[in-house]
Amino acid sequence: MRLSPSGLPLPGPSRRSLLRGAGGAALVAGAGIPLLSACGGSASGSDPKTVTVGSNQSDAVPKKAYGDIYTAFTRRSGIKVDVNTKDHNTFQEQINSYLQGTPDDVFNWFAGYRMQFFAAKGLASPIDDVWEKIGGNFPEAMKKLSKGADGKYYFVPLTTYPWAVFYRRSVFRQHGYEVPTTWDQLVALCKQMKKDGLVPIAFGDKDAWPAMGTFDQINFRLNGYDFHVQLMAGKASWTDAKVKAVFDHWAELLPYHQDGFMGRTWQDAAQTLVAKKAGMYLLGSFVAQQFTDKADLDDLDFFPFPEINPAYGQDTVEAPTDGFMVSKSPKNHAGVVKLLEFLGTPQAEEVYLKGDPSVVAASDKASTSAYSALQKKAFEMISGAKSLTQFMDRDSRPDFTSTVMQPGLQKFLQNPKGVDGLLSSVERQKKTIFASS
Amino acid sequence: MTTDTTTKTPEPAAVPAPGPAPEKKRVVRGHRRLLTRRDRFTLALMAGVPTVLHVILVWVTALASILLAFTTWDGIGFDSIKWVGLDNFTQLFTDNPQFWPAVQHNVVWFVVLILIPTPFGLFLAVQLDKKIRFTRVYQTAFFLPVVISMACIGFVWQLVYNPDTGLINSIIGANEPGHYIDWIGDPHLNLWAVLIAASWRHTGYMMILYLAGLKSVDPSLREASALDGAGEWQTFRNVIFPTLRPTNTVVLVVTIIEALRAFDLVFVFNKGAQGTELLSILVTNNIIGESSRIGYGSAIAVVLLVISLAVIIPYLIATFRKERRA
Repeated sequence: MRLSPSGLPLPGPSRRSLLRGAGGAALVAGAGIPLLSACGGSASGSDPKTVTVGSNQSDAVPKKAYGDIYTAFTRRSGIKVDVNTKDHNTFQEQINSYLQGTPDDVFNWFAGYRMQFFAAKGLASPIDDVWEKIGGNFPEAMKKLSKGADGKYYFVPLTTYPWAVFYRRSVFRQHGYEVPTTWDQLVALCKQMKKDGLVPIAFGDKDAWPAMGTFDQINFRLNGYDFHVQLMAGKASWTDAKVKAVFDHWAELLPYHQDGFMGRTWQDAAQTLVAKKAGMYLLGSFVAQQFTDKADLDDLDFFPFPEINPAYGQDTVEAPTDGFMVSKSPKNHAGVVKLLEFLGTPQAEEVYLKGDPSVVAASDKASTSAYSALQKKAFEMISGAKSLTQFMDRDSRPDFTSTVMQPGLQKFLQNPKGVDGLLSSVERQKKTIFASS
Repeated sequence: MTTDTTTKTPEPAAVPAPGPAPEKKRVVRGHRRLLTRRDRFTLALMAGVPTVLHVILVWVTALASILLAFTTWDGIGFDSIKWVGLDNFTQLFTDNPQFWPAVQHNVVWFVVLILIPTPFGLFLAVQLDKKIRFTRVYQTAFFLPVVISMACIGFVWQLVYNPDTGLINSIIGANEPGHYIDWIGDPHLNLWAVLIAASWRHTGYMMILYLAGLKSVDPSLREASALDGAGEWQTFRNVIFPTLRPTNTVVLVVTIIEALRAFDLVFVFNKGAQGTELLSILVTNNIIGESSRIGYGSAIAVVLLVISLAVIIPYLIATFRKERRA
C-alpha cells in the first residue's frame, strides 16, 4: 500500500488493490455491498507469508525497538512483518478513516475505553483464540484491561508505565521528610515544604491533560476503581456528591501547586523538580526523560498517591498500557494469530525493553534483571495492583474528555469555587455526547 | 539597478496602447468566430476543471456541513448519521461553556485590530510616504511580520511570553513564586497577549495597504492645500483621508476576515484554552480526532458561516451597486 503525504492509504494501481479500495469506499459509505467488501477482505492471492502492521511509533527509540521485535518474530516463524509507520498524532487523528478504509492486519493502540470503543463499532476483530495461548503470561488486571465491553479479548498489551508522585531522595533526606501514606500526611508535608521555601507540588497544565491525572488519583483513592470506571463510561453522574468530594480535596491541595501552571508544559514543570526547587510532582514515569544527568536520575524516586479512603487504600494504579489490536478483516488471519501469540510472550517484551528502557513490561513473566531501580519499582507497583486504570482520556470517550473535561478541569483550576455550576454543565454535556452513539 | 528597472518596466506596459492594439483586437475577434474543436476542448477543460473542483471543494462541502449540523455523527460509517434537528444548536447556545466566550473573543479580536494596528499602520504609512531617509528599510522592517506565517509568529511570541523562561518575565523578574505573571495561562491576560502578537503582524499589513492608497493621492491636491495654507494635520484630515475611502473599505473587509479566521496563532499559543477560545478552534477541536463530533462541530462552523455571510453580503451588495452605477 502506498501512503499519501497526509498518511492516508491510497489504493495502488493494481486491479486487486483498486477493488480493495472500492471495497473500502463501499464500507465507508456504509453500503456494505457484500461482493465488493468480500473482494477487499478475502485472502485471494494475498501473501500468506506476510503480516502488515500499522504503527504509530514514529519516534526513533520505540520505532527501532518495535522493529527488533518484528525481526525476532520473522526469524522464529518465517513470516515477514510489513510495518507502515505514521506520525504518532496523525495516526491518532486519522484512526477513524484508517480503520474504515484498508487498514493493516494489526495496529498499535491503547488499552481501555479507547480500545473498547472501536471494538464495539465493529472495527476490530476479537482475539480470544490468541489469549488461550498467552493468557498465562499476564496478571489478572492486564486481562481485565484487554477485554471489550462484550467480554471478548481485543487487545494484546506490550508495555505500560505508572503514574505516581515523584520526588528527589536527596531533597527528602536533606529536610528529613517522610513519604506520606495518608491524605493528612500529604497536606502536612505540603505545608512543611512551603515553609521550607520549596514549591510543594510541581505542576504544568498548558497541554490540558496533566490535570486529568490529578483528578484520576484523587477520584479512585476516594471513590474506588469501580466508581472511576462508571464515571468514565458515562454511567455515574458528575453531579454526584462523590465527584464534588474529589474537587473539594483537590481544592485543598491546590494552594500548594506551582504558580502559573496554565502557561507551563509538563516538561517545564519537571525542570523545577530537576532543579530541586519543587518537592513533589504527580506525573507518569515518563518524567524521568527530563532527568538527563545520570546522578539526578539515580536520585529520582516515587511513591504511590497517598490513601484517602481506607476502604480502597492504595489498591488502584494508573498505568496507561500500549499494545496491539487486529483490524476488522485481516488479510492473513493465520499469520496475525502467530504474530500476536509472539507479541504476548515475555520474550517479545524483553526484546522491546532492551531498545526502550523508559517503560516496563505488561507481562509479569518478563525478566526484570535489566531494569533500573526505578523500573523495578514501577513494575512491582503495577503487578501488585488490584486494579489498573488507564488515564481519563483512555478510559473515557476521547471526544468527551477533549472537548468537555480538558476545558472543564482548567476552569476549575482557575476558579475552584465554581465547582457546582461546572459539574452540572459537565453532566449536561456528557449526556448529549454519550447519547449520540 | 533601480534606475534600470524603473525605465524598463513602463515599456512593455506602454506597448499595446498606441500601435498594435487594434490589430490584436481584430485577431481575437476572428478567433472567436472560428472556434476550432481544439479551442473548444481547451476552453472546456480550463473552465470546467476549476468549476468542478470549486463546486466539489467549496459548495458541496459547505452544503454538506450545513446538513451535518442537524445530525450527530462520529465519522464511522454513514449509517451512524442520526438526524437531531436543532439539538446541536440548542446545546451550543445553552450548554457549551466555551461558545459564547469564543464569539466574544472573535468580536474583541476585530475591535482590537480595527482600533489599534489599523490607525497605527495608517500613521506609519503617512510617515513613510514623506520619502524620509531609509524609508525602504523601515517599510521592510514593519512589513516583515506579514511575510511570516501566523503559526511561526505563535512559536516566537510563546518564547517571549513563557512564564518561566520567557523574555518578559526574565527581564522584569516575574517568574518567582509570589509575583508571578502567567501571560499564557491567565484568562485575564492571555487574550491580550495574543492580540499584541496579532497586532504586531496586522500593523505591517495595514501599512502596506495604506501606502498603496497614499501613492494614488493626486500630488496636486497636496499642493493646493499647502497653497491654501493648511497645516499638516488639516491636510491629512480634510484632503488625504477622504481620498483614502476605497482603501478604508478594503481595510475594513480585510480586518473582518482576519478576525473571523483567527486560528493558527492561538492554536499554537495555547490551543484556545481558558481565555482565548475562538470559533475556529472550537470547530477544529470537535471535528478532528479519533472519535469526532462531526455534527456538533459542523453546527459551530455554520454559526461561523452565518456571521461571515452577514458581513460579506452587505459588502458585496454595496460593491455591485457601485459597479452598476459606474
